[in-house]
Amino acid sequence: MTLYDLANPTRFLSLVERIMPWLIGATVLALATGLYMAFFYAPEDYQQGVTVRIMFVHVPSAWLALLCYAMMAGSSIGTLVWKHPLADVSAKAAAPLGAAFTFLALFSGSIWAKPMWGTWWVWDARLTSFLVLFIMYLGIIALWRTMDDPIKAAKANAILTLVGVINLPIIKFSVDWWNTLHQPASVFRTDGPALHSSILVPLLVMAGAFTLFFIMMHLMFMRNEIYARRIRAMRMRAASAAQPHANVTAQIREV
Amino acid sequence: MDSFFADLPRHAEYVAAVYLMAVAVFGGLLTVALVVKKQRVKELAELEAAGIRRRSAKKQG
Amino acid sequence: MNWMTALFVREFKIAARVGGGALIGVLFFLAVVTVFPFGVGPDLKMLARIGAAVLWIGALLATLLGLDRLFQADREDGTLDLLLMSGRPPELIVLVKCAAHWAATGLPLVISAPVLALFVNLEPTAIGAVTLTLLVGTPALTLIGAVGAGVTVSLRRGGVLLSILVIPLAIPVLIFGVSAATAAVGGPTPFLTPLLYLCAISLFALVLGPVAAGAALRVASD
Repeated sequence: MTLYDLANPTRFLSLVERIMPWLIGATVLALATGLYMAFFYAPEDYQQGVTVRIMFVHVPSAWLALLCYAMMAGSSIGTLVWKHPLADVSAKAAAPLGAAFTFLALFSGSIWAKPMWGTWWVWDARLTSFLVLFIMYLGIIALWRTMDDPIKAAKANAILTLVGVINLPIIKFSVDWWNTLHQPASVFRTDGPALHSSILVPLLVMAGAFTLFFIMMHLMFMRNEIYARRIRAMRMRAASAAQPHANVTAQIREV
Repeated sequence: MDSFFADLPRHAEYVAAVYLMAVAVFGGLLTVALVVKKQRVKELAELEAAGIRRRSAKKQG
Repeated sequence: MNWMTALFVREFKIAARVGGGALIGVLFFLAVVTVFPFGVGPDLKMLARIGAAVLWIGALLATLLGLDRLFQADREDGTLDLLLMSGRPPELIVLVKCAAHWAATGLPLVISAPVLALFVNLEPTAIGAVTLTLLVGTPALTLIGAVGAGVTVSLRRGGVLLSILVIPLAIPVLIFGVSAATAAVGGPTPFLTPLLYLCAISLFALVLGPVAAGAALRVASD
């Protein structure tokens, strides 16, 4: 890592410090508005009753789960093409967030399934695709955690993420195909009949709030990761200073 | 408001479970981020107090 | 072409020799298929219904079994570095290694499938269909698995992680493979549709696998 590369994360950190208060404020405001609209503005569905309010968590979570993967894929291109350390940090910070949103989408979908179809889990095309996505997120997190060298871990993860992003449409298509084969009736209606604006507006506000929260958490996780890398670099420096003839210096250059 | 409370008994626990889980997940992420940040800032301060500097720190003085 | 043939022969010999090679994979396949009736019961009608799926899952697991050594053994003794430094494209090296790996482990699974199909009470048409789908689909499993093997090559015990990474990517292969095999004996869809999808996925994996695994090997070696 050269001086130039290290300067970038430093500038990035000062930028984060500057915009973080505004971001927190905007997130809190959007979440409050979204929650208010979800409970007091949106009407109940004449069929689904109060459970329609689950949608205001379920759909934004699902949306963020996909957005987060797109974000990781973009960062992976940054890692492989421009070899930018900040892209590595971004991809690593996004993985647990994506897993969290995917979990939330699965959990809310499962809870929604219970009053709707009387069972906690249906092998519905959408839920199944998200289960696969969840496993992919956990695999990526596991790969990050098992590799010590941050640069090699970043590249391996970038390749895996990009292979995943190419495969996601194929998985989605095959799961849809498999689903129509086994149960012709489609279940989630979010893309069925056009949503009335009294539902759509709160949904969009909630989606915006979730996105703001994601950006906020992503910046916080990135900041933590940059700190971790600095600590690692400083410890290695300390180790090489303690025993000047050891070839630890060779390792530091890699970092 | 009325419509919300009038319909509370019907499946309200499912809605509550989802929103509580959302709060738990969001709160969990936030807590992890803040706790880890505190730890790392402390560790960085300790390392700098011990006289170990980053290479870029030299340039900044 | 000469170096590719030489590499193929070398890889095939090693794969066939180490740890029983082909036989151990088939043995594992047999064990998985045997375990299913103990789990779901010996009802022959039901076994005939899920038979194709049992064979496919067995083949998937048997393929995953040896994948973690695909590049790792060569990395440990330095062969991989020599191969990469020889100036040959890593993509082709991966392709040849996958071909040899498939010939040593995938092909024996396909050949043994008709025999194992008898245990799960498949009728002749279904046996033919499941063997054909395995013949078309197992190369895709090996090639997709090569990506996982390449990404985890530097990990000492990457076997389980590799399976977790590869299984989600292998789901489409499983879906179309099983669908085609069951469609052959009267499903809601014609046999050809899922079979052609399966062929498409295999061809796609033929490109994606070597490119991604080659990139992963380049990363691991520098």
